[in-house]
Amino acid sequence: MTTGAETPRKARPRPPGRGVPLALLAPALVGLAFLLVPLLALLLRAPWRSLPEQLTSPEVWEALRLSLFCATAATALSLVVGVPLAWLLARTDFPGRGLLRALVTLPLVLPPVVGGVALLLALGRNGVVGQWLDAWFGVTLPFTTAGVVLAETFVAMPFLVISVEGTLRAADPRFEEAAATLGASRFTAFRRVTLPLIAPGIAAGAVLAWARALGEFGATITFAGNFPGRTQTMPLAVYLALQNDPAAAIALSLVLLAVSIAVLAGLRDRWMRTV
Amino acid sequence: MPRSAHRSHRAVGLGAVVLLALSACSPSGSSSGPGAQDVSGTVTVFAAASLKESFTELGRRFEKEHPGVRVTFNFSGSDSLAAGINNGAPADVFAAASARTMKLVTDEGHTAGSPRTFVRNRLQIATEPGNPHRIDSLRDLSAPGRKVVLCDRTVPCGAAARTALTAAGVELTPVSYEQDVKSALTKVELKEADAAVVYRTDVRAAGDKVEGVEFPESAEAVNDYPIARLENAPNPSGATAFVELVRSEEGREVLGEAGFLKP
Repeated sequence: MTTGAETPRKARPRPPGRGVPLALLAPALVGLAFLLVPLLALLLRAPWRSLPEQLTSPEVWEALRLSLFCATAATALSLVVGVPLAWLLARTDFPGRGLLRALVTLPLVLPPVVGGVALLLALGRNGVVGQWLDAWFGVTLPFTTAGVVLAETFVAMPFLVISVEGTLRAADPRFEEAAATLGASRFTAFRRVTLPLIAPGIAAGAVLAWARALGEFGATITFAGNFPGRTQTMPLAVYLALQNDPAAAIALSLVLLAVSIAVLAGLRDRWMRTV
Repeated sequence: MPRSAHRSHRAVGLGAVVLLALSACSPSGSSSGPGAQDVSGTVTVFAAASLKESFTELGRRFEKEHPGVRVTFNFSGSDSLAAGINNGAPADVFAAASARTMKLVTDEGHTAGSPRTFVRNRLQIATEPGNPHRIDSLRDLSAPGRKVVLCDRTVPCGAAARTALTAAGVELTPVSYEQDVKSALTKVELKEADAAVVYRTDVRAAGDKVEGVEFPESAEAVNDYPIARLENAPNPSGATAFVELVRSEEGREVLGEAGFLKP
């Protein structure tokens, strides 16, 4: 980051004018510190000695297992409906498509708690759709693990849709057209040509959605409540542990930090190289 | 330290206000006890979620009695408020829903003087309007298929509910442990849960959106509500004046109307 004039790289030609202007360097360093110091603080204040004990407690494993399961299920659900949705947005033309696209991305900017309230009003036992689910199928979603999965899907799916849609737009539609000329139906072309073509975009979107689902807090606690082993995911456990057992909260946070770093490491080929 | 610099700055400002108040007309009939004149700025009050309605009303009266002064509230679970204060949140007054959560703060030496109990509160069962599931006791909550929400055990209402359930000898598995009493009540208001164990003041504040059911074991789990000025209060005189209002006859009246019990 602070590559001054003393470490010239052979590969890239340097822009004219040597060194970094202080007016850029100073705020850049402040920004860097702002992003890194909290993470460092987490490491510095971690209860390293009691950590093994903290992390082997059944509650932690229960919350971690639930978190991993729900985030993965939410990602799977997002893939099943999100990829076709992205295709619809990228490859078809119909009136109001721009508006629809904006609505799809709304959960990206919506406060998750608001998402949770909206889910309650829609899918709650007394909700617009939920009351029929209850009356016809006896299905109630709030306070269940399925509710957690839905809350996480609601918040995470737009990440996948946006990522896949972007990849689709960048992909050359002539391959699909060629497939169609050769007699493939539009669905076959999608399955045999488009899907392999955009696989990297789908993978990146899925990882993004998964990471977002793993960290989801607001929509989950609002819609699915908080019960250990059923709806208490890691972020909820961190939040509630912070009230009376900060050491446990830090330990739980470290686990989430480690998972995030692992995700980032998995994606480094995609993002780090594009600098 | 920037803090002490702030302090002296504020002290100067305060002095100026006092002088102004003294030199100007200063009608001495403006009630609300001693120290009414030297209050200025913003008073920040961290209060238990169950105090929301009554403290909001008291804040409004306080602002009326002290023109130009603003009272800002942070209503939340007492335990999370205590954690916030212990981590340096800038607050003037802390009003907790239990002695235990107040103790979290006093143990760290963050209160100025010892906390005083200003009200007490009892639990009730909140059910949907008309009590469609005929819930008349804690035991009815443990019937199969009942969806009951409790406060998390770290929150005062959750701790009190546990005490009451133990006293009643009832084993109860709720569908959720909520992070404060208002979110527990909301789940009943939205009809997502059949019942919640909350304070009678919350039931009263919710009006006709829920129905309250008394149960005898609530006598075993009465919460004392302590209030204290905080050691690092940015506005010490404002804090003192607000605590005085809460503990005054007027304060008791407002809190009594909300359903709180006398200490």
